[in-house]
Amino acid sequence: MTASLLELYRSMLLIRRVEERIIDEYAAQEMRCPVHLCIGQEAVASGVCATLDPTDKVMSGHRSHGHYLAKGGDLRRMIAEIYGKRAGCSLGKGGSMHLIDLTCGFMGSAPIVASTIPIAVGTAFAAKCRGEHRITAVFFGDAAVETGAFHESVNFALVHSLPVLFVCEDNLYSVYTPLEPRQPAGRGLAQLAAGMGMATAKGDGNVVKDVVRLSETAINHARSGQGPYFLEFTTYRWREHCGPNFDNDIGYRTQAEFETWQALCPIGQCRSELISSGTMSENELVSIDRQLNDNINAAFEAAKSASFPASHEALEQVFAN
Amino acid sequence: MIGLGTPDPKGVFGSTVGLADKYGTERVLDMPVSENALSGVVLGSAIDGMRPVLTHQRVDFSLVSFEQIINQAAKWHYMYGGQATAPLVIRMIVGRGWGQGPQHSQSLQSIFAHIPGLKVVMPTTPADAKGLLLSAIFDDNPVIILEHRWLYNIEGPVPEGDHRTPIGVPRVVRPGKDITIVGTSYMTIEALRAAAMLVDLGIEAEVIDLRTINPLDHEPIIESVRKTSHLIVADTSWRNCGVAGEIVARVAEDAFHYLKSAPQRVTLPDAPVPTSHALTDEFYPRAIDIAHLAGDMMGISTSGLSDNSAENGMLDVPDNSFRGPF
Repeated sequence: MTASLLELYRSMLLIRRVEERIIDEYAAQEMRCPVHLCIGQEAVASGVCATLDPTDKVMSGHRSHGHYLAKGGDLRRMIAEIYGKRAGCSLGKGGSMHLIDLTCGFMGSAPIVASTIPIAVGTAFAAKCRGEHRITAVFFGDAAVETGAFHESVNFALVHSLPVLFVCEDNLYSVYTPLEPRQPAGRGLAQLAAGMGMATAKGDGNVVKDVVRLSETAINHARSGQGPYFLEFTTYRWREHCGPNFDNDIGYRTQAEFETWQALCPIGQCRSELISSGTMSENELVSIDRQLNDNINAAFEAAKSASFPASHEALEQVFAN
Repeated sequence: MIGLGTPDPKGVFGSTVGLADKYGTERVLDMPVSENALSGVVLGSAIDGMRPVLTHQRVDFSLVSFEQIINQAAKWHYMYGGQATAPLVIRMIVGRGWGQGPQHSQSLQSIFAHIPGLKVVMPTTPADAKGLLLSAIFDDNPVIILEHRWLYNIEGPVPEGDHRTPIGVPRVVRPGKDITIVGTSYMTIEALRAAAMLVDLGIEAEVIDLRTINPLDHEPIIESVRKTSHLIVADTSWRNCGVAGEIVARVAEDAFHYLKSAPQRVTLPDAPVPTSHALTDEFYPRAIDIAHLAGDMMGISTSGLSDNSAENGMLDVPDNSFRGPF
């Protein structure tokens, strides 16, 4: 599926504005769960998801708001979930770290690093068993490749030529820890999958057209039965690991490093190209922004006025049926 | 169906023999030694509409996949507010005998049963081995089935067709009026042997096969204790924080005033299972131990009872037909 640059821009801007609104509202202490915001990383979510078909599946980890929204997840249900309301996508039982929207193929997200990788492979296994030409894309960060679950999943996906996109967003840090104590210098992330026999590609995660181009190659590869594909995208998380604030002053990274990446904002780059190519005018882009913000306002208002689940619901749905 | 050695010639102690030939290797699969990820793969296929069965040749091999079982599978239905189901089955075999040792002998039902969202069953009879497996497969929840290695050798009637044993229902396998003995898995067999011994002392034991560890309807046990006033629970695993303690706690809560003696537990001692048969002979409790305990509880002398188990051969095998090593 080929998305236009404008559609990609709109997708990324939605994510950005939602995350910014969460930041604005967080101090009111009505969103009482951890939030792992993806500001700065929008192009990977939007670029990959725009290239998938609506019937393809996506899974993610703790930093999933962007993947959820880019795949078409319901905004109101996501915000209500973060507010702990019964109207939330997980009925208030999961919060930000357990988003789900089966209507658009967002099969689930869980915060144990790399845990959803084998589960995503399992959904691709099901597709192959049933002869469906569906792909599952699973998003994870640079630390996920350190887990056994990742390597085992890569191996199994290769053994069965499963239609899986392994999408790694390298934002240089695992919470406060840079790469150096975690992985040997100069080895690279995609090399791990390549060493196990997987087709891989690496790109700039802040240039949405590059994300789309690499995704198209990967998706065609997987959908044509050639097996799984590993995509590595370098990007940067603007805010703290968990929470609404900046933390460039606590010592694990520098303000200067942040500003270098801020200048490479994926939305800013896309916006510049839309204007310079004559595709959109400034006024038209402002109007898009306003429209998105209207939708976001409505979602937050609905979430704030929605009811909480009743306390007896805590004991329900332990078992199905 | 998937598991290490699932389609191989030994067929997991015969339990999967012929399945790959009949249903094809696309459906009956071997797997890499990646129990953690494969538990996730099985979960992923389950949330995507399949009904997978994963087999571990020993309970001990499942430990590396506890994250997927406990964090993910058990909670998948709940943490997404009921939006998704995880109808998977994991068969695990409890090893025993021929020097299996600490890492080929564990029986971890109480750990799984402690986790909300997991169903845990332990069939004793061949009929229940089929019936509980079918119920597990068609249950929309993750179900852990612990199958005991020594029960693969026993024979019994098995109904044809779609025979299902309901999950959650214990069964009175031997009615009696004097003492209730609840058993799990192979210990139900030892409980029945003990009941036969106790007849000579004029004690009629009621033996209940638990069959399901969680979720369990305790009422048949409570009803039995109201009748007999004495309770022994015999479990295949360790004493501390085990299933026997849970049964005793429920009886204490719901039938305290019916008890004429303190409930007792027959379990493994709190140590890893050793390897040398010189050590395991005394490690695993037997029917004679249950019978002595019953006599003590009822104030009846058991000095006349003899332990005839060793007459049947060595104690580290289920019967003389077993030649080892596996």
